[in-house]
Amino acid sequence: MNKLRDFFGTFLLVELVRGLALTGRHLFARKITVQFPEEKTPQSPRFRGLHALRRYPNGEERCIACKLCEAVCPALAITIESDVRDDGTRRTTRYDIDLTKCIFCGFCEESCPVDSIVETRLFEYHGERRGDLVYTKEMLLAIGDRFEPQIAADRMADAPYR
Amino acid sequence: MELLAPVEAFFGPAWPLVWSLAKIVAIVLPLMVSVAYLTFAERKVIGYMQVRLGPNRVGPKGLLQPIADALKLMTKEIIVPTGANPFLFVLAPVLSIMPALAAWAVIPFEPDVVLADVNAGLLYVMAITSMGVYGVIIAGWASNSKYAFLGSLRSAAQIVSYEIAMGFALVGVLMMSHSLNLSEIVRRQDGSLGLLSWNWVPLFPMFLVYLISGVAETNRAPFDVAEGESEIVAGFHVEYSGMAFAVFFLAEYANMILVSSLTAIMFLGGWLSPIPGLPSSFLWLLLKVAAVLFCFLWFRATFPRYRYDQIMRLGWKVFIPVTLVWLLVIGGWMQTPLWPW
Repeated sequence: MNKLRDFFGTFLLVELVRGLALTGRHLFARKITVQFPEEKTPQSPRFRGLHALRRYPNGEERCIACKLCEAVCPALAITIESDVRDDGTRRTTRYDIDLTKCIFCGFCEESCPVDSIVETRLFEYHGERRGDLVYTKEMLLAIGDRFEPQIAADRMADAPYR
Repeated sequence: MELLAPVEAFFGPAWPLVWSLAKIVAIVLPLMVSVAYLTFAERKVIGYMQVRLGPNRVGPKGLLQPIADALKLMTKEIIVPTGANPFLFVLAPVLSIMPALAAWAVIPFEPDVVLADVNAGLLYVMAITSMGVYGVIIAGWASNSKYAFLGSLRSAAQIVSYEIAMGFALVGVLMMSHSLNLSEIVRRQDGSLGLLSWNWVPLFPMFLVYLISGVAETNRAPFDVAEGESEIVAGFHVEYSGMAFAVFFLAEYANMILVSSLTAIMFLGGWLSPIPGLPSSFLWLLLKVAAVLFCFLWFRATFPRYRYDQIMRLGWKVFIPVTLVWLLVIGGWMQTPLWPW
């Protein structure tokens, strides 16, 4: 009996019609596409986008050239060279992040003892020539200066959960 | 016609040729535009069924997308692989688009609006559409690539098998209309019942067989094993690029429109209006073709690809027996007084 039912079910295309009905219903369903440049999806304060180097409120750069981020970076995207500055502190003379290597894992931010290297919410950036995506210390500090209020607010929002 | 008299005088004895060419252009040009917008409709419909929006960036509502696609393909390089046979490689797309366009010669758009009102129209269509498989086979052979070769072998076997079921389905139409002339086939469907007097009612199983075989004939999903993106990359046209690829694409979509028009003409009453009171017109044909084409896209959005042996089983062990049995049923039924059509 079951075999007979299966036979007629197949022969009369019952299951196929059911499938068509399903896709037919979805034709009229509300579309979930996010129209990107006009609409954006919400971001978490933990969003890991473009990197930045932060400063203390008095303008002194936070980075102390401990090179933990360089050591932890799984993609070997960070290159640091350091030297003694005139006032006797240890500072970086070079801090490059090759964003074409970076996998945005956030380990550099986790490893930083002074919250110097952070990842911001920026993700809409591009380079037009080879090498454009190798960000130098000046560029990273500039990003930090520009977005400091938001960076600080995001760290504050996430602080209770860390 | 009086308006054209001065033009006719200007061309003199060359006039019949010029006039035929003008008519051919009048059919092929709108066809090419429809093909372009069919690709757009396909992307939109499938997008909507997948709860996406589909292309909407080029022009208002994305309406210029097909034009952008065409421009892109035209400016791309046609790469002929080193191991390929260059002559056959270039010949294949031509061979596949030729029948897709040539078959339109006998398609009637309205009473007496047809390029060639030949009495063996149906036979001509069957013969010329069968030519399309050569394009695919030659493409697969000339590419000198394993994927292309596999794709063309599959396509050859598939098209040959489904041609038979399709042919038997058309025998039913012949029995209904007593004519091979496509205009006559439409005229014979004109009845007092409107859409119920069309061929699809008495020939319902054949209508389904024809529709599904049509999907298989045009190598469309779920019968697209000849292309099979996930298994043989793109099948017979892996090695094609630029305009050569575009011609294959045009041929596939022109074939889809052709099969839809043939379905509309043979089973859905061509230009006849579905409701007895309304006037019959070309627009009805357009509407019916659009509806069948929508089904093609709907199938593609719904069904997963058939396994190859299942395709063969469906063609040989289901469709051919079903059409044969229904031929006998119709033949017997027509002899009884219970035949309402």
